[in-house]
Amino acid sequence: MHVAIPAIQCGNFASVVNIIAKAGGTARLIEDPKELEAFDRVILAGVGAFDFGMSCLEDGGWIEPLDRLARGGRVPILGICLGMQLLCRRSDEGVRPGLGWIPADVLRIDVEPGSGLKVPHMGWNTVKVMRPNPIMPTDGEEQRYYFVHSFHAVCDEPSDVIATALHGQPLTAALGRANVMGVQFHPEKSHRFGLALMRRFLEWTC
Amino acid sequence: MLKHRVIPCLLLKEGGLVKTTRFSDPVYVGDPINAIRIFNDKEVDELMVLDIEASRSGREPDYGLIEQFAGECFMPLCYGGGIRTVEQAQRLFALGVEKVCIQSAGLADMSLIRRIADRFGSQSVLFSLDVKKGLLGGRAVHRRSGSRTESRPWRSVIDEAVGNGAGEIVLNAVDRDGTMKGMDTELIRQGSQGLPVPLVAVGGVGSLADIRKAVDAGASAVGVGAWFVFYGPHRAVLITYPRYDELVALLET
Repeated sequence: MHVAIPAIQCGNFASVVNIIAKAGGTARLIEDPKELEAFDRVILAGVGAFDFGMSCLEDGGWIEPLDRLARGGRVPILGICLGMQLLCRRSDEGVRPGLGWIPADVLRIDVEPGSGLKVPHMGWNTVKVMRPNPIMPTDGEEQRYYFVHSFHAVCDEPSDVIATALHGQPLTAALGRANVMGVQFHPEKSHRFGLALMRRFLEWTC
Repeated sequence: MLKHRVIPCLLLKEGGLVKTTRFSDPVYVGDPINAIRIFNDKEVDELMVLDIEASRSGREPDYGLIEQFAGECFMPLCYGGGIRTVEQAQRLFALGVEKVCIQSAGLADMSLIRRIADRFGSQSVLFSLDVKKGLLGGRAVHRRSGSRTESRPWRSVIDEAVGNGAGEIVLNAVDRDGTMKGMDTELIRQGSQGLPVPLVAVGGVGSLADIRKAVDAGASAVGVGAWFVFYGPHRAVLITYPRYDELVALLET
């Protein structure tokens, strides 16, 4: 399986490439959207601010070709962290519209004052898988993942929520519909749990 | 719910792994890649690697070695030692390091932390401070490198780092380093009081109970050196890490 990672900004792409190799696939950073056709799946990864992420996609000419893949329904697409938030309509963090493939808005994480909870939601958390899906096991075994984020996606349709993590309130840990999935956590930094997720992503056919 | 993190802290010297006692007498404990591979297999929460020679000798990070570390880490990796510029931090992130730890360069000029945080986010930059107890019981900043002594109170140095965007604070108790005789919980209490970002407490862990005490004193994460690399009264080298269920049981409220 051959995964394209649009090289949209400085992010921790090395770790994503590493885990895909460990999961038995190959991944390549690509600079030119025309190259997308040569790959059978896409990972949108990145760290940083929402508007910066969208402007990188726009400046690189990624939006139209990615939109075609997303709506074509055949090529699996996975957004990681900021990459997941970019799948949504908008974010409290910026003013630019997102890709809008998932009907969801990205809101600032609110915690009760005095609760001792901090923002960003940073560290290892367990997740609750809400429904059968192509990337996360539903066998009931506890899964934990590494999170770092200050904003969270809120879906219009509960059926788009794949998993949640508790941080004062349930936060969307994974979302998706059809061939588009997104995870708020970092599978590339989540030991065997992230590796299992990546293997499933590589095996997933739409 | 988020878990309190337990983080092996590894010290690098001339490309080898060492462990110090009260910041002196580095003892060679092995090849870092091998140790990191074992810690990865043990599914540690996170890993911190600090080059204790880099700043002192004015060296840059050893990028080739760090890239190999990152390739073995399927958990977050924090690197510290010899980072003086935003470009050096950027190069480390591109190799697969999640967090950089700043000390000497930050004590000289906190704006380095600000510039890294502005570009890569606060979550990517930690400030580390070494604090030592004086003869009269007072605590003061201990400097690993540079001849200038630090006159500011240790806690205000931490607050300044946070004000400049440090996403986490690593607080080392120099007198406890390598002793495995328990952490300085009073230091942790004072350091975490009113601190808006996570505190990583380091120095003195010799048992699971010590980790629990540090968490009770306000640490979000606990860094462990000697206890994870030495075994038995003769300090034979053995890499260990508690089982996940042990940590869950330990840190349950």
